[in-house]
Amino acid sequence: MNSFKLLQKLTEVPGPSGFEQPTATIIQELWQPHVDRITVDRLNSVIATKEGVGTEPRPRLLIAAHLDELGLMVMQIEEKHGFGYLRLTPLGGVDRRQVAGQMVEVHGRRPLMAVLGGLPTSMQSSERQNKPYDYEDLVADVGLPYEEVQELVSVGDSVTFRQPLRKLYGKRVTGKALDNRASVAAVTICLEQLNGRSHTWDVIAVATSQEETRLLGAYTNAYTYQPDAALAIDVTFAKAPNVSGNKLFELGDGPVLDIGPNVHPGMYQALQDTAAAIEMKVHTGTHTRSSGTDAFGIQVARAGIPTGLIGIPLRNMHTMVEVVDMADVERSGRLMAEFIARLDEQFLDKLAKGMMEK
Amino acid sequence: MNELLKQLTEAVGVSGAENEVRLLLRDLIADHVDEWEVDTMGNLIALKKGTGDSDLRVLVDAHMDEVGLIITEVCSDGSLKFDPIGGFDDRVLLGKVVQVGPKKVMGVIGAKPVHLLNQSERDRVVKIEAMRIDVGAKKAVSSKIKVGDRAAFVTEFEELGQTAVAKAFDNRAGCAALVELLRAEPYPFDLYAAFTVQEEVGLRGAQVAAYHVKPDIALVLECTPAYDLPNKEDVSPNVALGKGPSVYVMDSGTIQDPRLVAHITKTADSHNIPYQIRRPGGGGTNTAVIQRSHGGVPAATIAIPGRYAHTPCMMISLQDYANLVKLGQAALRSLTKEIVQRKN
Repeated sequence: MNSFKLLQKLTEVPGPSGFEQPTATIIQELWQPHVDRITVDRLNSVIATKEGVGTEPRPRLLIAAHLDELGLMVMQIEEKHGFGYLRLTPLGGVDRRQVAGQMVEVHGRRPLMAVLGGLPTSMQSSERQNKPYDYEDLVADVGLPYEEVQELVSVGDSVTFRQPLRKLYGKRVTGKALDNRASVAAVTICLEQLNGRSHTWDVIAVATSQEETRLLGAYTNAYTYQPDAALAIDVTFAKAPNVSGNKLFELGDGPVLDIGPNVHPGMYQALQDTAAAIEMKVHTGTHTRSSGTDAFGIQVARAGIPTGLIGIPLRNMHTMVEVVDMADVERSGRLMAEFIARLDEQFLDKLAKGMMEK
Repeated sequence: MNELLKQLTEAVGVSGAENEVRLLLRDLIADHVDEWEVDTMGNLIALKKGTGDSDLRVLVDAHMDEVGLIITEVCSDGSLKFDPIGGFDDRVLLGKVVQVGPKKVMGVIGAKPVHLLNQSERDRVVKIEAMRIDVGAKKAVSSKIKVGDRAAFVTEFEELGQTAVAKAFDNRAGCAALVELLRAEPYPFDLYAAFTVQEEVGLRGAQVAAYHVKPDIALVLECTPAYDLPNKEDVSPNVALGKGPSVYVMDSGTIQDPRLVAHITKTADSHNIPYQIRRPGGGGTNTAVIQRSHGGVPAATIAIPGRYAHTPCMMISLQDYANLVKLGQAALRSLTKEIVQRKN
């Protein structure tokens, strides 16, 4: 499958934190042909195992990409002039400055399209007019009579943004949920490339749920599957025309490998070595405390897991117009596959030894 | 699915660059009118000859332009600077997809990620001047996009039960209704239909169209913003969706001709067509310039209420639309010279 179709499939399906089932189903379909076992757990994470050829008991590498996306939740249903309106609360860190005037899908008893409408300025106090829309100024307008809305929608129903994936210049695309389906796509590419290729370690690819809220899937899966090492892959901030500052990366210029307290320095170095071996351009990112990704949960599971972190540069994070360069997605997938193919039985010893070197 | 509304709302025609909409409208009406022409401003003016029973000249106007953006600079980093064409709430532009220029190059209006903002930045409205369109290019894209190209929102028409969502219902809903009026049987009088340009930037097209047609009576079909949402302060709406087409009495630019207003409301009553009187004050339509052409033309406005005007996703009631067409038809068919004659 070409990268655009893959990303289209992955981003257009709804899967907000806690309600990831539709996305989990798609991922299961995509990964199934490339792995030995696959399952969806009680918390909507997808777990796929691809066995290695090393002698048993084989070491295990966990690759984690969260599958949940930002969304909204119905908080209240209101009547006005015969129409039913939904008041909303965010599910994850939605950029509320950007939501007025978007189409959303309300996951009621049947899916309902709605406009996320802002009160017109003439209905707002002058103080509110000069601030970004807040949830008190917004309604999800399903355009239906109140009685019908009451039948179809309940408080607590999830709401997702509705935005088809669209092509921009070159290999760049825009859409919703590229955070973090771009990484899920990269894992898919990695599994495709590993198919028919022998590797020593077992690989457990996990699409983790509820990252945007509490890193839930990262904590639970790192516990359950007890990996010997782990790679998390998530999106990172890209430079954009009107966005400047530190720690921003060029779109389309290669994956970002993170270094800092939240990653194992040996894992970082091994990723660098792999990139050098296949002559892939990569960049180094830093963090000071948490990387803000699944790596934060995985690193401290059980007795601690050596964890590395790969970032795919992305513009307009947490909006409905996120932008990635498909070349970065493809390279990240290939980097992981090459990293896995190079893992040998001595790898863990090397990691341990590295901790005792100056 | 209402194909007429779908075609008309998905076509792009930002003020001063209405070509695509103009061509579409020409194709939609050509078989139903006797003559059509395009004037120097770009207005599409069509004549549907009457049965000869009345020597009135009646003008029906619907503006075909929509609000949008104009590219002011193609930057070396591949992004585009722009100015707004028509009135915008800056807050609805962030995070939207736009189509740029005649080649419809896709772009997005992004902003610094929310993660990287401090609290005061999060509470600040990003102004249009600070925004850029990002088409994903790495360097200036002057081969596909030129300064002066327009950009419009990208929203596919959708029906949600009795309502529909699209961009540019203001005023493609009015255009669609006018197309339907032209597709009906001839009227007793000659009907001039003007699909006018540049309403959103100061009623420019209608002014010359009215001068050119020199009508005895004019009717304007519009889409008026509905302020009928739930709000903390419970104020009565100016117009509400689903309660029928709205009849203007007065706005910031006109006092609508009272005899025509009475004719429209009486017609609605006698035909059992629901309607609502738009709360007087504010806003403005082409009626203001038509009314003052050639020493004065009796004119009135019927408008379909639309929520979220001047945003990517407007909403109308499909029943209101059907009733707008019905009321327009009925009011025209019963129109006589006597209605607007001075009674001394």
